Amino acid sequence: MSEIVDNDLIDRQPEPEAPKPVERKPISTESEWTFDLIRQYDEAIAICAKEYKLETYPNQIEVISAEQMMDAYSSVGMPVGYHHWSFGKQFLQTEKLYKRGQMGLAYEIVINSDPCIAYLMEENTMMMQALVIAHACYGHNSFFKGNYLFQTWTDASAIIDYLIFAKNYLAECERRHGIEAVEQILDSCHAIMNHGVDRYKRPSPISAAEEAKRQREREEYLQKQVNDLWRTIPLKAGDKEIKNKQRFPAEPQENLLYFIEKNAPLLEPWQREVVRIVRKVAQYFYPQRQTQVMNEGWATFWHYTLMNRLYEKGLVTDGFMLEFFQSHTSVVYQPPFDSPWYSGMNPYALGFSMFQDIKRICEHPTEEDKKWFPDIAGSDWLETLHFAMRNFKDESFILQFLSPKVIRDFKFFTILDDDTENEYQVTAIHDENGYRAVREQLARQYNLSYRDPNIQVWDVDIRGDRSLTLRHTPIDRVPLYDKEVGEVLKHIHRLWGFDIHLVSVDGDKATKSYHCPEKPEPEEEEMED
Amino acid sequence: MGVTHVIDRRLNGKNKSAVNRQRFLRRYREHIKKAVADAVNKRSITDIDRGESISIPSKDIGEPNFRHGKGGRRAQTHPGNKEFVTGDTIPRPPGGGGGGGSGQGQASDQGEGMDDFVFQISQEEFLDFMFEDLALPNLVQKQLKETSNFKYVRAGYTTHGTPAKINVIRSMRGAYARRLALSGNARKKISDLKEQLEAIKRSPMPPDPVFSKEDQIQALEDEIKRLKGRIQRIPFIDEIDIRYNQHIKQPKPATAAVMFCLMDVSGSMSQTHKDIAKRFFILLYLFLKRNYQKIDVVFIRHHTSAKEVDEEEFFYSRETGGTIVSSALKLMREIMEQRYPTEDWNIYAAQASDGDNWNDDSPRCSKLLAESILPFVQYYSYIEITPHEHQMLWHEYEKLMESYKERFSMQQIMDEADIYPVFRKLFQKQAEHLA
Repeated sequence: MSEIVDNDLIDRQPEPEAPKPVERKPISTESEWTFDLIRQYDEAIAICAKEYKLETYPNQIEVISAEQMMDAYSSVGMPVGYHHWSFGKQFLQTEKLYKRGQMGLAYEIVINSDPCIAYLMEENTMMMQALVIAHACYGHNSFFKGNYLFQTWTDASAIIDYLIFAKNYLAECERRHGIEAVEQILDSCHAIMNHGVDRYKRPSPISAAEEAKRQREREEYLQKQVNDLWRTIPLKAGDKEIKNKQRFPAEPQENLLYFIEKNAPLLEPWQREVVRIVRKVAQYFYPQRQTQVMNEGWATFWHYTLMNRLYEKGLVTDGFMLEFFQSHTSVVYQPPFDSPWYSGMNPYALGFSMFQDIKRICEHPTEEDKKWFPDIAGSDWLETLHFAMRNFKDESFILQFLSPKVIRDFKFFTILDDDTENEYQVTAIHDENGYRAVREQLARQYNLSYRDPNIQVWDVDIRGDRSLTLRHTPIDRVPLYDKEVGEVLKHIHRLWGFDIHLVSVDGDKATKSYHCPEKPEPEEEEMED
Repeated sequence: MGVTHVIDRRLNGKNKSAVNRQRFLRRYREHIKKAVADAVNKRSITDIDRGESISIPSKDIGEPNFRHGKGGRRAQTHPGNKEFVTGDTIPRPPGGGGGGGSGQGQASDQGEGMDDFVFQISQEEFLDFMFEDLALPNLVQKQLKETSNFKYVRAGYTTHGTPAKINVIRSMRGAYARRLALSGNARKKISDLKEQLEAIKRSPMPPDPVFSKEDQIQALEDEIKRLKGRIQRIPFIDEIDIRYNQHIKQPKPATAAVMFCLMDVSGSMSQTHKDIAKRFFILLYLFLKRNYQKIDVVFIRHHTSAKEVDEEEFFYSRETGGTIVSSALKLMREIMEQRYPTEDWNIYAAQASDGDNWNDDSPRCSKLLAESILPFVQYYSYIEITPHEHQMLWHEYEKLMESYKERFSMQQIMDEADIYPVFRKLFQKQAEHLA
């Protein structure tokens, strides 16, 4: 019971290698791939996928070289990326790590688009290509198509067109306003990209219809010049009617980019459009950030299942399977917390184990399972799995489906780090009393509201100096990372054009405040003019 | 479910990130320029021609965003519990818990850590940054970066090419051979049949009454006709016969060059002077490297007496004392005579000095140059690194300018950007040559 994941595999390996001999007619026996073989494997896998009711977008498989893979990496998974130095930095870093052999490249990258684009590396062996096709073209692809977050937040058929629009638009801006000017706006937008998404509201998906609407928006912009917000009637000094001062925005706004795009007083139309582009890109990636465990787990579960299915049908050789198991095992390896290789949870490992476990609970429920999962124990596994894939995100998925068995297998334990205490405390482990606590805590770790600091637009001093006040509401007293706050505020200042204040609050009490430009000490109240 | 499309993208451009990379270099050009300048000072002249690893402090390169800092109360679930039970306490690692990292993962989830951001720039980029200060014209930059000059030479024949390059003789010869080869069987058969025909004609008795002599002759003649028809149908010339003259790129035949670096190392030359001089020598070296396969570099330093030294000593050791420039010229002359006969070697020389010389010595210098050096060298360049008034040596050298316009140049230098004009003629000449 030392290596959780290995045990999993050993438990299951005999399944496909069940004694009844199948007549083997392998699709191929060599490790070299050809385009023809890729097509044959894809067809075979597609047939298996259909047996399991996987619904996918049409697939577009593109074979690329290692260098192209590094390119794909550095545009953070956008098949068509606009130009920005940070992508160049990413590229240099990838290139360095790869060339020194410190990092292997991913075997594939898959794009949430319709058709679903999957990049396969030419260096892969035939087995690897088949694995990757199963993983990306049928696993991820069906996840993109089925999961509610992706359906709500992204429009797979429009994304490529939108990215092309964005790239061309930014190139045009660079031509007109200079690379520097565009780069500055992009830098600033990137700094608050994680705060450029509506967490709770359903956004309008990117679509062609919206492109048409854009024209109207430009007019709206002109309108905005005279709209109520900035129509300031100078007040006499001392005549401050603080009493009925209305806050703007009336409700705090969590989407900083959206707020800036719509309300920043000084941005020019093209700059607003740039803000919008970054916002849309952030929105496109938002579901992916929330479904790492599920998405990878789902894809891994299916490459595992589909590969085994190919073997059952006699379409692949024993050697193929051995090679497959080796790759698969390393993909789902979870180093323990004290291992030098530990860098947090491996989403592949957790997701794969959970989906396998759901299947197990459906097919062979134990007494414990029946107690914990009365709804699904003994149900149709395939239907249950599809249900789970469609209707959850990481946080809710873990909260709903993490079973005591998986908690035991991973030997999870929860540590509390309270800065008012001198010691860490182990608050729960993988035992009867701890299951629920561990599960809740792990789920929470995947809640983006806990991962990103909660910062909202609190107030704009419309009738005064037009300063923008943001409010940081810490959870469990976790403060902001001091060293970067100042830099981020500078970026927001660039976009907003007037003073920026950021206040960390505890209840209604301000605990810490940051300003840009940095506030002179409160001594000098003297203001000329 | 739609049909899967499989596309081979490998032939598409692979430098999709090139623009982003350029953006990156542009943004950090100050860092890179400094690193390149340091590298130029550190490297040997002959080793200037490769990339460099650039290191940028991570604080300058970060992309800030709102993140969680240390502190507060946070819980974290980890895998792989071995001996903990609920309620256990673990001492906080020293340094406030940042070191252990178990609970603090979020503060550094960018994976940047404190290390510098290190990356490689290519040889070409390295030279770009170096040339930037030297104010080299683009054409010259291009020439210096080109790895080699090529010319096209004939290299046999090939099966594909443009019609203009068809080699008629070769093609016809091939066609003839093909015709011979393809018709071989048929011709052999024909001659066999002809023999049979003769034999039948000669034989008086028909061996087989059913198959009469006339019939037999007729059959043989028909067969012969058929075979001849077959030979006829072999095309006279076919696509596979056609041969084209082939030309391949070959490095231009290059000869050897020797480069003399002469430098005044008297007390008045500071390290800054020497750094400028080094760039001056580098430029000449790069130029030679593009044009000659083999290059020797001779370093001669002098104060009151001259000495041939290695590069290390040339640039970094200090001497004091007066200056007699002619000593270096004399030594150069001697070395030329002993080791670099002008029939075999193209001789280039670059001299750097702050202009100080023993006044009586200056006329001797110009005489030496005019009589025993300039007639034998391809190019001689002199830079005077000084913000001050020119002295005797400069004025003496100016006289030489008249008679040796083509191969002598001189320039007063305050900073790196003044170096290039010294080489202007040299590079122009090459540009014309290439055109």
